[in-house]
Amino acid sequence: MTLYAAFAGQYLVRLSTVDMIIVVFYFALVLAIGFYLKGRAKTSEDFFMAGRDMTAWVAGLSFLSANLGALELMGWAGSAYQYGILATHWYWVGAIPAMLFLALVMMPFYYISKTHSVPGYLKLRFGEPARAVSAISFGLMTVLMSGVNMFAMAKVMQLVLGWDINVSIWLSASTVAIYVALGGLRSAIFNEVLQFFLIWAGALLIPILGLYEAGGWNTLKVLIAQRASEQYVHLWSGLGSFADNPMGINWVGIVFGLGAVISMGYWTTDFLVVQRILSSKDIRSAEMAPIIGAGFKMMVPLIVIRRGLLGLGLLPEKLVPESMVAATGAHSYNDVLPLMLARYCGPGLLGLGITALIAGFMSGMAGNVTAFTTVWTYDIYRPLVHSKGTDEHYVSMGRWTTVIGVLISIGTAYLVMQFASIMDYVQALFSFFIAPLFGTVVLGMLWKRATPLGGFLGLLCGTLSSIGMWAWVKIDPSALRYVALSEHAKALAQDMFQALWSFVVCVLVTFVVSMATKPKPDAELEGLVYGLTKVPSVGNVPLYQKPLFWAGVVTVIFFALNIYFR
Amino acid sequence: MISIWFFIGISLLVNGLLIFGAGVYERSHPPTHPVVLFDLHASMWWGALLSVVGLIYCVVYRPGKKTES
Repeated sequence: MTLYAAFAGQYLVRLSTVDMIIVVFYFALVLAIGFYLKGRAKTSEDFFMAGRDMTAWVAGLSFLSANLGALELMGWAGSAYQYGILATHWYWVGAIPAMLFLALVMMPFYYISKTHSVPGYLKLRFGEPARAVSAISFGLMTVLMSGVNMFAMAKVMQLVLGWDINVSIWLSASTVAIYVALGGLRSAIFNEVLQFFLIWAGALLIPILGLYEAGGWNTLKVLIAQRASEQYVHLWSGLGSFADNPMGINWVGIVFGLGAVISMGYWTTDFLVVQRILSSKDIRSAEMAPIIGAGFKMMVPLIVIRRGLLGLGLLPEKLVPESMVAATGAHSYNDVLPLMLARYCGPGLLGLGITALIAGFMSGMAGNVTAFTTVWTYDIYRPLVHSKGTDEHYVSMGRWTTVIGVLISIGTAYLVMQFASIMDYVQALFSFFIAPLFGTVVLGMLWKRATPLGGFLGLLCGTLSSIGMWAWVKIDPSALRYVALSEHAKALAQDMFQALWSFVVCVLVTFVVSMATKPKPDAELEGLVYGLTKVPSVGNVPLYQKPLFWAGVVTVIFFALNIYFR
Repeated sequence: MISIWFFIGISLLVNGLLIFGAGVYERSHPPTHPVVLFDLHASMWWGALLSVVGLIYCVVYRPGKKTES
């Protein structure tokens, strides 16, 4: 197939010359940053930890940008069309408390232990077996997630522009591989901050124009109520029971499954995001970075959820689930974002909108690749394969692992094409690994009696129980009523309750085994456990520079938003 | 070392100018099938806004001036 033919299939919109210039300029700029930073990634501390000299703003925006991948931009806009404003819970209760918890409670332990990774913390706290389970499961998850990102991007490019799916995957993946292999984490972080700005510049205009066309938020709510139901515009009022909302979930699943387990697990132990914070230059920056990220995270629904809601209220056609696309010939829920882009954006703006999508996809991919590279090198290769290499050897291993990780992700992208729903797949992954890991890490930090064997078996049993519940429902779908405690429960409710139970299993097993085994002496736990660690002060700074003050501001806004949209 | 904010400034400035230019051209040569709310000429004012923000970043964080990251 010629390159021309690869870019000339069926499409929703046609890119003009100026649009193509904007897209090409983006690729050139991210590669230029990679080449520019090549000389600053000579030691392992530079390559894997960005020299630990990032400011709070750079670390915070990168922390958020690494999460603004394909699923954020495309998947959740589609989910907002499908489930209404309830999808916002994944940005507010499903993120903000966890980000603040990371900043104020967990980050001091990560930071002062000087660990290179989350599995590295587990090694210090619980020993090698816990690190091995965590590192291997995390490595598997990151390459799968990276594959999901690639597939999602290629699918959008195919739908919107008619680009061949193979060309999209290989072009974006090779670009990420080049700039990460050259500049390491610093290059990934710099590009993520750039991508953060491009995402906002390219995505913010649509909700502004959409609300203008609808005649304001109150009119949009009326339009949505007419076309779907009034429950599509309420965050909390329909969560009294599983049957009263389009998501088929209740408040217990949202608050405890999503808010207390899944989001805590993701934002505090997923090394993809935590790695950005570990690159901070001092303890105050490390605490401020997640708080800055939380402030911007609260605004992301404006460019993601609001677009799905605008599609629900304004698009003349009715979108359908992926499974009905072939039979009906209609567009799927996941197509709402590109459809809204085509609705409002002319030449130039369209190019920026497409660039924002590509930037989102690439930042998510780069996040996964850098985290995978670090965990592979520090937590699998060095302790288990080659422990006496030089610093130069490990940097070289990092560069090669970047390329190999990208190749594995490409293979995964082709695997993902076999799955009907991207979102269900990823949610299943989260609950397999993330929820039990959070149980192990948080017990390790807050309970000094937790023993190495307790931590290891808790993590293992929690992960196995999660996989077991998923397999049980896969084999017998009626089992969902037992996992989610209701016959009205739907797929997302399963993920929330599955995570909740696997967390409970992890905590119970850790508790019981720890009480039956001998704990580590206190002297070995200094710097790792609450009560035995002198948490460093952020220094004598004015009130407006204190992390606690800004965490309070974010908390007040968080509650105000939830009350307003209740 | 060149600040990351300078790269962001360059990106916003170039994109803003391109979008503003496209908006000006579209205004003088209206398309056969215009987008919804074409009359607002969003390309022009959004492009101008990005250009101004980008220019400010370029000036404030230009190479040679001491800044963080």
